[in-house]
Amino acid sequence: MSKYYLNYLDELESEAIYILREVWAQFENPVILFSGGKDSILVAHLAKKAFYPSKIPFPFMHVDTGHNFPETIQFRDDLVKELGVELIVGSVQEAIDDGRVAEEKGKSATRNVLQITTLLDAIESNKVDCAIGGGRRDEEKARAKERFFSHRDDFGQWDPKNQRPELWNILNGKHFEGEHFRAFPISNWTEMDVWNYILRENISIPSLYLAHQRDVVWRSNSWIPVSEYLTLEEGEKVENKKIRFRTLGDITITGGLESDADTLEKIVDEVSSMKQTERGNRTDDKRSESAMEDRKRQGYF
Amino acid sequence: MAIDNNQLLRFTTAGSVDDGKSTLIGRLLYDSKAIFEDQLDAVAATSKRKGHEGVDLALFTDGLRDEREQGITIDVAYRYFTTPKRKFIIADTPGHIQYTRNMVTGASTANAALILIDARHGVIEQTKRHAFIASLLQIPHVIVCVNKMDLMDYSEKVYNEIVSQFEEFSAKLNVKDVRFLPMSALDGDNVVNKSTNMPWFKGAPLLHTLETLHIGSDLNKIDARFPVQTVLRPQREGFIDYRGYAGRLASGILRPGDEVVVMPSGFTSKIKSIDTDKGALEEAYAPMSVSVTLQDDIDVSRGDMIVKKNNQPEPKQEFDAMLCWLHNDTAKPRAKYTILHTSNEQKAMIKDVVYKIDINSYARLEDDNELAMNSIARVTIKTTRPLMIDEYRDNRVTGSFTLIDSATHETVAAGMIV
Ligand SMILES: Nc1nc2c(ncn2[C@@H]2O[C@H](COP(=O)(O)OP(=O)(O)OP(=O)(O)O)[C@@H](O)[C@H]2O)c(=O)[nH]1
Ligand SMILES: [Mg+2]
Repeated sequence: MSKYYLNYLDELESEAIYILREVWAQFENPVILFSGGKDSILVAHLAKKAFYPSKIPFPFMHVDTGHNFPETIQFRDDLVKELGVELIVGSVQEAIDDGRVAEEKGKSATRNVLQITTLLDAIESNKVDCAIGGGRRDEEKARAKERFFSHRDDFGQWDPKNQRPELWNILNGKHFEGEHFRAFPISNWTEMDVWNYILRENISIPSLYLAHQRDVVWRSNSWIPVSEYLTLEEGEKVENKKIRFRTLGDITITGGLESDADTLEKIVDEVSSMKQTERGNRTDDKRSESAMEDRKRQGYF
Repeated sequence: MAIDNNQLLRFTTAGSVDDGKSTLIGRLLYDSKAIFEDQLDAVAATSKRKGHEGVDLALFTDGLRDEREQGITIDVAYRYFTTPKRKFIIADTPGHIQYTRNMVTGASTANAALILIDARHGVIEQTKRHAFIASLLQIPHVIVCVNKMDLMDYSEKVYNEIVSQFEEFSAKLNVKDVRFLPMSALDGDNVVNKSTNMPWFKGAPLLHTLETLHIGSDLNKIDARFPVQTVLRPQREGFIDYRGYAGRLASGILRPGDEVVVMPSGFTSKIKSIDTDKGALEEAYAPMSVSVTLQDDIDVSRGDMIVKKNNQPEPKQEFDAMLCWLHNDTAKPRAKYTILHTSNEQKAMIKDVVYKIDINSYARLEDDNELAMNSIARVTIKTTRPLMIDEYRDNRVTGSFTLIDSATHETVAAGMIV
């Protein structure tokens, strides 16, 4: 092989850096949507590279549902401090208290959909014109349709049937006041790529991704962590298992899997032999066939 | 894992509506075991609900609600898979003429195009349109897949006829590497596994071809072109006077000590360092993203291009290009557009429509100069300031541009400089 050929991880890295720099150059007030999950941690890491030796020029924006893993919040605060970036928090709890949104009722109630209002409010009140996300096309079938620069109208809505053509790597971020963009620098990364890269770069991640002992309950095909928000249902019992989480969302809906993978190497090995997709256990995606598309149209991540 | 040394191959599907593009991608993913169990379960359930016999393989890429309802692809879907030999990024594009803009989007970054033809219909107008676009985009490798052979008794004669039909018109195109393959995407004949129904076909199945295409020489390694995206001024301890020009090499190689010119200003200097967060590099090559510092303090900003002194692109304010019109609004004569070219942005005008292409005969129509949705034409572009351009043939990055309607901000056209 020629010496002047990048391997695929370097190529993906270079593409992501290119996109992050375009965001910086084309927008007035961009933010990184930071959830504390591995994909947004990766985006933060790539942003550090893209602007080195300068600091990351974007604030982080976290949409806080109030239903967090304490570890995620700790991780977020430590990283923000280390990088010296500003943190903007949009609070779903506040939106509920203000009556902007109403808590879902019933057995499978979550705050997942409620995040949309808080996200759009935070984007509007902070005059954000581009929100950088860690969405990947391999995650979900509607996400597979995203552009790198994805237009949102002044209601924050996505119109998947009418996306701007995006040729080569020429990115068009032009918009009217009130509209914004979502930018997805790691669009082309797969879950496997993310883990291989985290391993290669030795990026630190919340301990929740590594196998650990935890009190859990078996519910809709995965181990749901015991927390102050969990109400046990009839017939459910708390067990202590060695588990790890493959994705991180709200503590109320993120299912863990039994695992011994307590190092990055073991995670890479484990993920490469997985038979289910990483979102396979996310109840938020399972509500209907087009659950993700419907939420995205309204302004979801 | 050995995969670390793997090359990335980006390929796209093309061809008319219902020729089986999405089915082929579904089959390719399925037979190469790149489908997860829960994805398969979900698609199987939807197929059943829609009364489809077996699993509708197209549903692995047709992910939008409207696509599933109508059974067509509307926008590009990107899918990923890896074999021990290579890593692939697939862009499955729509065949419907109304969504040609999305086909162009998916095809613009591809190293290879799979052009599908329904064996029952042979070459039709949309096949020609997509083949023409693939050749305009200079996709280096084209694989023509004659699909649905199961509906034509796997006939060698039918296949040969379609091959000659394609060759007849493709002789007028500029594609270097064209290959042909008879297949049934539905049944998996010649997709991952060799077909037992077509023993007369001696070639390898599709996956093998994709794994072995030689792509190393597709990149331009000669002409160093470094469009500046932004300037890095850290203003912090240890870097007080640091001024780095951030960008991604479009082509070629740069090394510290190289004599360079900053265009369009024409100032010359030498490369002092090429930096990344992991330290300085001895050389950088396309498509690496780096930060370059120069020995002299000169004015450089976004839109400028750093090139080698002995190999410069031509700064031009007027040039010809092949243009694909991608929007419902027709082009307004002598109207002003915004042109995006590398990191540069200027105002531009379509000064002249030299000729339009008749997509059926590839004839040049010199009297017709209306640019409407899906028109392909040779035009003369005039810009307010010079752009640092190369011919698209030599450089896919510095030879391409898009036009934006300044009133609506919509991307209306894609251009390839000739
Ligand atoms: N018999 C037979 N049918 C096929 C084959 N390949 C595809 N089909 C059928 O052709 C129809 C269209 O297939 P798609 O894969 O959706 O076609 P497409 O090219 O992706 O269509 P657009 O994306 O809308 O342009 C479906 O009903 C498929 O089942 C094949 O090899 N043999
Ligand atoms: Mg299709």
